[in-house]
Amino acid sequence: MSAAPQVAADRAGRQAPPSRRGPSRNRAALGFLLPFGLLFVALFLLPIAYALWQSLYRTARSGLGFGPARTVFAGLANYGAALGDGSFLAGVGRVLLFGVVQVPVMLGLALVLALLLDGRGARFPRFFRLAYFLPYAIPGVVATILWAFLYLPGTSPLVSGLGNVGIRADFLSSGTVLWSMANIVTWTWTGYNMLVILAALQAVPRELYEAAELDGASAWRIAWHIKIPLVAPALVLTGIFSVIGTLQLFTEPMVLHSLTSTVSADYTPNMAAYNAAFGTNDYGRAAAIAVLLALATGVLSFVFLRLSVRFTGERAAS
Amino acid sequence: MSTAPSGRRPRPNVVGTAVLSVLALYFLLPAWWLLVASTKSSSDLFGSNGFWFSSFRLGDNLRELASANDGLYVRWMLNTLLYAGVGAAGATLFAAMAGYALAKFRFRGREAVFNTVLAAVLVPAPLLALPVYLLLSKAHLVDTVWAVLLPSMISPFGVFLSRIYAEASVPDEILEAARMDGAGEFRIFFTVVLRILSPALVTVFLFQFVTIWNNFFLPLVTLSDQKLWPVNLGLYYWNGLKDHTPYNLVVTGSLVSVLPLVVAFLLLQRFWRADLAAGGVKA
Repeated sequence: MSAAPQVAADRAGRQAPPSRRGPSRNRAALGFLLPFGLLFVALFLLPIAYALWQSLYRTARSGLGFGPARTVFAGLANYGAALGDGSFLAGVGRVLLFGVVQVPVMLGLALVLALLLDGRGARFPRFFRLAYFLPYAIPGVVATILWAFLYLPGTSPLVSGLGNVGIRADFLSSGTVLWSMANIVTWTWTGYNMLVILAALQAVPRELYEAAELDGASAWRIAWHIKIPLVAPALVLTGIFSVIGTLQLFTEPMVLHSLTSTVSADYTPNMAAYNAAFGTNDYGRAAAIAVLLALATGVLSFVFLRLSVRFTGERAAS
Repeated sequence: MSTAPSGRRPRPNVVGTAVLSVLALYFLLPAWWLLVASTKSSSDLFGSNGFWFSSFRLGDNLRELASANDGLYVRWMLNTLLYAGVGAAGATLFAAMAGYALAKFRFRGREAVFNTVLAAVLVPAPLLALPVYLLLSKAHLVDTVWAVLLPSMISPFGVFLSRIYAEASVPDEILEAARMDGAGEFRIFFTVVLRILSPALVTVFLFQFVTIWNNFFLPLVTLSDQKLWPVNLGLYYWNGLKDHTPYNLVVTGSLVSVLPLVVAFLLLQRFWRADLAAGGVKA
């Protein structure tokens, strides 16, 4: 990616005569950047700085906790409190477990769908593509409400159907509710990821497959040795966004929280942050959780990127 | 693909088609349930077969939905359209301007600005919601439409995509020619550059539109006035009412709330395919 700007710069350097209007043109560039830049600084960079600052302070109340609130420097106490809180750590464990299972299942499914749709014998590709992509048009809140009706014993044709064949299904028990959420996320996002992978597949020149076919390679071998390595960048991209999405899990558990007691108010880290801010008005704690989440997101994305670069590098070399 | 001459059509892949069909059921059945359920009364939602019709009272449900709480639902839908429409339009224009400046002007700190924006693509939006709420409340903007609109007008992904696209498709020669003719930089942008960038901008707009439409954390945090809520938040509230949840309204309201997006997807699907490749794979 760094090559493109370089080329552009070289070309511009050769073609454009030394401009006499340099300063005014730079002013124009500033003008173009200004609307986005102002909003970006005010509502992106400043909030991050503010969260960092706030995470170092706590609200102290004099007397028995009814006195006026004062803000006092707390150092890293908010971080310590968050990291020492068993229910917060349980929430972290939950999203990690969720991600380890859900992300590979979803991306695997998206990859299989993309490969089947890209294959030469695929029937009705337009219909299938639309069918898989449809859930992406359904917002998380609505998707969760919808699936909740399919989970609740009173309204669910699934529960009654399974009951008819002698299986007592409880999709909202403490042991199953996390996977019921994973199902909602998978249902919503598989089609989107499939589309990204499919776009990468369709950008591959067909001659590549034809050459392999002439050499007698089977469809499986072509998929495994040619197609999958070629779409690896798309897989890495969807993987990173999925990892981020997992750590940020909020909408689905929040909606289920109002329906079942098996989803606590601090079920995921993001819910814990929300609860700290608006349940107990502890903004310092909420900010500390937000910062920890941002750090975890950054670290995990980075590790994921490195691992996948190494993995795909080896695949390509072999 | 479907236009290939039928003589060259390869053997249909029976196993593959079977797998595709079974999985299509998984993705379509819940949507089918929603369609069926929104024709039922609250009592028929419980007890009748969820995948088939019983009493058909879609019209009654829609009337009830429109009139409930003095037309609150209609307001929620209009609010959502306002937030998603205006927010995405603003985000797209600002991203196009910034992306174009980063692609076609050479100034000090250009790469630093771009890298900061690129890093921001990875910053998860819900993470910002709490500090944004606190800053907005200091600016007395909480519980106004600006609390949702302003943060929605930032699209780092849009800047990223616009820059890549502008670099590849806006020829320097055209810009130079327009400058020779004496056109100002902003006039060049609005009359020439925007038109060239439009395929990428449709993608940016669609992405941002869906993102805002789906957004839940930000309005939940910044809006307590029911009249300002987007439809997501309203449905969440109705669904969570402990004793007297209006089930038929939740279901019918859910269906109505997703129709605009589904229609938009059907109409605009070719844009999703073409430019996802440009945005996704080059990253």
